[in-house]
Amino acid sequence: MRLERAGFSLDVAMELPGHGVSAIFGPSGSGKTTVLRCLAGLERVPGSLVDFQGITWQKGAHFVPVHRRGIGYVFQEATLFPHLDVRANILYGARRHGMPRQDKAIQEIVTLLDLTPLLRRHVCHLSGGERQRVAIGRALAASPRLLLMDEPLANLDQGRKLDILPYLDRLHETLRIPIIYVSHDLDELARLSDYLVLLQAGRVVQQGSLFEVLPHLETNLLDEQDACVVLQARVAARDSSWQLARLDFAGGSLWARDHGVPVGSQLRVRLLARDVSLSLEKMEHSSILNSLPGMVTGIVPGGHPGLCLVQVQLGDSLLLAQVTRRSMTEMGIHPGMALWANIKSVTLLEQPLGTRLGTR
Amino acid sequence: MLLSADDWQAVWLTARLASVVTLILLVLGTPLAWWLARTTSSLKKPLGAVVALPLVLPPSVLGFYLLLAMGPNGPLGRLSAALGLGLLPFSFWGLVVASLCYSLPFMVQPLQNAFEGIGKPFLEAAALLGAAPLDAFCTVAVPMALPGFLAAVVMTFAHTVGEFGVVLMIGGNLPGITRVASLQLYDHVEALEYAAAHRLALVMVTFSFLVLLAVHALRPDARRRD
Repeated sequence: MRLERAGFSLDVAMELPGHGVSAIFGPSGSGKTTVLRCLAGLERVPGSLVDFQGITWQKGAHFVPVHRRGIGYVFQEATLFPHLDVRANILYGARRHGMPRQDKAIQEIVTLLDLTPLLRRHVCHLSGGERQRVAIGRALAASPRLLLMDEPLANLDQGRKLDILPYLDRLHETLRIPIIYVSHDLDELARLSDYLVLLQAGRVVQQGSLFEVLPHLETNLLDEQDACVVLQARVAARDSSWQLARLDFAGGSLWARDHGVPVGSQLRVRLLARDVSLSLEKMEHSSILNSLPGMVTGIVPGGHPGLCLVQVQLGDSLLLAQVTRRSMTEMGIHPGMALWANIKSVTLLEQPLGTRLGTR
Repeated sequence: MLLSADDWQAVWLTARLASVVTLILLVLGTPLAWWLARTTSSLKKPLGAVVALPLVLPPSVLGFYLLLAMGPNGPLGRLSAALGLGLLPFSFWGLVVASLCYSLPFMVQPLQNAFEGIGKPFLEAAALLGAAPLDAFCTVAVPMALPGFLAAVVMTFAHTVGEFGVVLMIGGNLPGITRVASLQLYDHVEALEYAAAHRLALVMVTFSFLVLLAVHALRPDARRRD
């Protein structure tokens, strides 16, 4: 799609997978929300082409109006109808799609999002996190074909975010419809998304699978603190004497704090570049538990001029390490070089409901 | 007996006039207010100004133009004659038409404000949930604008009850046909019947007070829902 506005132009071609969570990531003002609104039909940009699973939503003069697209949309600010209670809000969309009041699917959504205690409540007596949960439930109850989420956590404080993230994990696991999730928070996206589109000033800069895109993200586009990789890992063992868990991933294994995730579970692990240091030899006599051998495959600028990011291949996985340019020169780091990656902390993503995200 | 038969006739006529006018304006004013609240058209400002005109225009000026328009050579007069209704001046329906013009802003402006106060995202949310525009209007916009509707109806009714200049210009002062309460009061004063004037005035004051009391009693509920 192509859109021209005073001081802003959007020229975006993206093809998103028809399942899983696709994330649109970019700094504010990059056009993320506009893309979402065009997809939903809330904004009509002449000359754009919008196709969804073989159905043309917009092409030339053809334009399917919003109410016939069957889209679930969660806004940054939960737009719950103030004249209706929670139950009536949830049923608003469901009724318009011919679903009976006691539909099983609605019951499942209510259970999934733990909305039962809220049903009788008036929407003005809900907390911010509860409002967003109801808004998600309302969108899903209309059995949409596509769920669009526009920074649903942006207006929540950290505590509320942590309350609602496990529910989003659940959606990610259970929903069969595709989700497009817009955010400028890499934390959320690393945890929730499968596919990543990086948008800058109305242009797609990078797109691809989350695992593949993260190690190659243009670092000038994000906060250098944010550079990270996400690995798919499996809990292979739990050491009860030290309260540690061993996580196996393609390319090695890591020891992390045991958060009670059972052996055999799949989970995501996030490694921040600033938590990875490099050494020429295996680190002995150090407090760092995880020291893994790897090979340098690339070096990119690291945001601050004194820093750079080193890409290190560990088996089939790629890691990022943030090092100073001085260290890089003194150690003679170059592509093809074998060295050790020392990982100071491991963040487990996708925690089971009820456990707070304990990291580090 | 507090009021004379003539007084009651005038009060009854006033109530009938105000009810008819309020009802018609509710029907006509709602879509107009909705359009004014939502449109991005360049006509919004001029049309809004036309709607607001009766607020600043002396009622006698409005009455004068309406009298001309309703006369045998005016556009409204020709229309009503062609429809076999006869001429409107000095008739109840003439008063209705005049009051529609006079009271229009009192209906449209509160409604427009109420509609503008509903954030666009609420209507977008309704559409995304499958509500067609008319459906979204009835099930989201109207309920959310309910306090605005209440204000609009009360203001329109009260202003129609209170009008004087336009009524005098269009309706004359025909007992039972166009002699509304405000004219009746004027007649009492003219005839130096201060006691009768007091009684009628007291009825009007009591009525206004009760209306406002009712509005305030209903308000907190509406506020809570905001």
